[in-house]
Amino acid sequence: MTTGGPPREPVIRLSSVTYTYRGPPPVQALKPTNLVVYRGEHVAITGPSGSGKSTLLNLLGLLDKPTNGTIEIDGIDVGAAPERQRAAVRAHRIGFVFQSFHLMPYRTSIENVMLAQVYADEPRRRRRAAAMSALAQVGLADRAYALPTALSGGERQRVAIARALVNRPSLLMCDEPTGNLDTTTTHELTGLLESLHREGATLLVITHNPVVAGLAQRVIAIRDGELTEQPPQGTPHALPDP
Amino acid sequence: MRSLTHRRLRGDVPPSHLRLHDLGSEALAGLLQRPGRSALTLLGVMLGIGSFVAIVGIAQTASGQIGKQFNVLQATQAYVFDVGAAQSSAPTVDFPPNADARADRIHGVVAAGVYWSVQFKQAAVSAHASGFLASKRPLPVTAASPGLLDAAGVKLVSGTLFTQFHETNAQDVAVLGESAAAGLGITSLESQPAIFIDGQPFTVIGIIASSQRLPQLDVGVTVPESTALRLWGPPTQEQAQMLIHTTLGAAKVVAEQAPVAIRPDNPALLKGAAAPSAAGLQHNVSTSLNTLFLTLAGIALIVGAVGIANTTLVAVLERAGEIGLRRALGARPRHVGIQFLTESTALGMFGGLIGASLGVLTILAITVYRHWTALLDPRIVIAAPVAGAAVGLLAGLYPALRASLLEPADALRR
Repeated sequence: MTTGGPPREPVIRLSSVTYTYRGPPPVQALKPTNLVVYRGEHVAITGPSGSGKSTLLNLLGLLDKPTNGTIEIDGIDVGAAPERQRAAVRAHRIGFVFQSFHLMPYRTSIENVMLAQVYADEPRRRRRAAAMSALAQVGLADRAYALPTALSGGERQRVAIARALVNRPSLLMCDEPTGNLDTTTTHELTGLLESLHREGATLLVITHNPVVAGLAQRVIAIRDGELTEQPPQGTPHALPDP
Repeated sequence: MRSLTHRRLRGDVPPSHLRLHDLGSEALAGLLQRPGRSALTLLGVMLGIGSFVAIVGIAQTASGQIGKQFNVLQATQAYVFDVGAAQSSAPTVDFPPNADARADRIHGVVAAGVYWSVQFKQAAVSAHASGFLASKRPLPVTAASPGLLDAAGVKLVSGTLFTQFHETNAQDVAVLGESAAAGLGITSLESQPAIFIDGQPFTVIGIIASSQRLPQLDVGVTVPESTALRLWGPPTQEQAQMLIHTTLGAAKVVAEQAPVAIRPDNPALLKGAAAPSAAGLQHNVSTSLNTLFLTLAGIALIVGAVGIANTTLVAVLERAGEIGLRRALGARPRHVGIQFLTESTALGMFGGLIGASLGVLTILAITVYRHWTALLDPRIVIAAPVAGAAVGLLAGLYPALRASLLEPADALRR
């Protein structure tokens, strides 16, 4: 299927990527995989435990190297690049949102957000304003100086999203972002993710939650290390061309 | 597809950084996020460095104190040797009976007295004349003029010292050292106890505790010079000599003038000499003390280093999630490693600073209590935080390496 308009720009392109845990015994966690995520897309990856979701996330987030194949981010082959270059891409092009938030408990919300700016080498004088802007974007400007222990689960995850957004990455990668949240908070958070997507963010969400997956333009199922594109489930967005 | 060259990456994606000010603030935040643990870790280095400074300082102070005492003795002590008797074929004493008074007339003399060791073929001192209690003890017997007891600086425990009267009349009296008196079963002088020297009874008139310049008096028996001459004759093996206590700095001049003042008729029979230098002894004592104490301080430092290494390693394992997060945010392995290294180095430096301060306070407390003069090489105090930082750096190397080698995906799962 093709659509009119300007050609879409891939943010991520996986070509024949495999991953094998060395063991012993060796286990192939990801079979030869091809995947393209375009700029502005909202893609969900679902699958049962042990299906290879985390392996795929680690490869897409440059937290691990593929056994074979190439991974391009913004057209740059980073699959086998030296760690120095992969770290640079993580700092500037990828924003991570984790299931367990990974907030530093002894730092305030704004300090947690500013941590991402350290490695991206954002000038110090601009950091606080940019962090405050990111917190405002997720609706937490008034909680900027609260410690994570004083925040609800949903607020903590929004701080984590602000941290992921603060460096204006090409890709927002969310690993079970609602896994530790109740239904109401999950609803609020999916609303926020939708809002970010409408503003142009590229979202790659790994989730068990069918509600969260249902909001994506594309849903990709993974089972036994193999990806399968699934039909859209009532998403308001048009499915992009493969 | 574009290949990722270094140049292209620098053009398209700037490398991730950890600036020095960020490193400092991140390391400080790392230390302060668990202040209790940081304090406990710091305690190990603090004790090590504190012990090091205190031990070195106490060793230096003690050495200085020894040196000070030796220097005082050296500067206030002179001897006159009976060289005439040494060259004579027959035993003799070339000091005249009034030698003490003649020496006292020299300017700068505080007290002076003649003495020699009385030699017996076998142990000669006993508490009883006969019977099983008369077992003789090998106590040193010293013949001394009354001035000798003053010159030697003896401290009297009980009774009295013999005087010119005893000397002039060659009285059979004796002064005992405290340990000698205890050995002979004499605890009180009220009953005018007697001892026997070579079978000759002597009345014990005094017990002395210590003699600063002639320690042999502390453990033996001292009798008047004239009595010794009457009973046993002049010394046969060791010649008589005179000990002179002088005012500070007068020892050398007094030693030069004494032979003429004592024997103006034939000064060549006598030879004066100032006390020998104690510098060599002081150096040896200082070196021995320093070697021992520095070894102990070194062990304390190693214990501190092991403590900091252990705690930092535990921190690395505990903070695996944080390490994974930092890597996900763009930190390179070296950024993580250097942060942990900075934390351990800072801990060592703070430990060194506090330890040095406590070490100095310890030295001050001891010296105030003992009325000593505190001595400490200022380089030690300056070097202590540097040494602490070096210990922290070395101790942090392995944990920092472990932290930098953690795979981000693994670290995030922990």
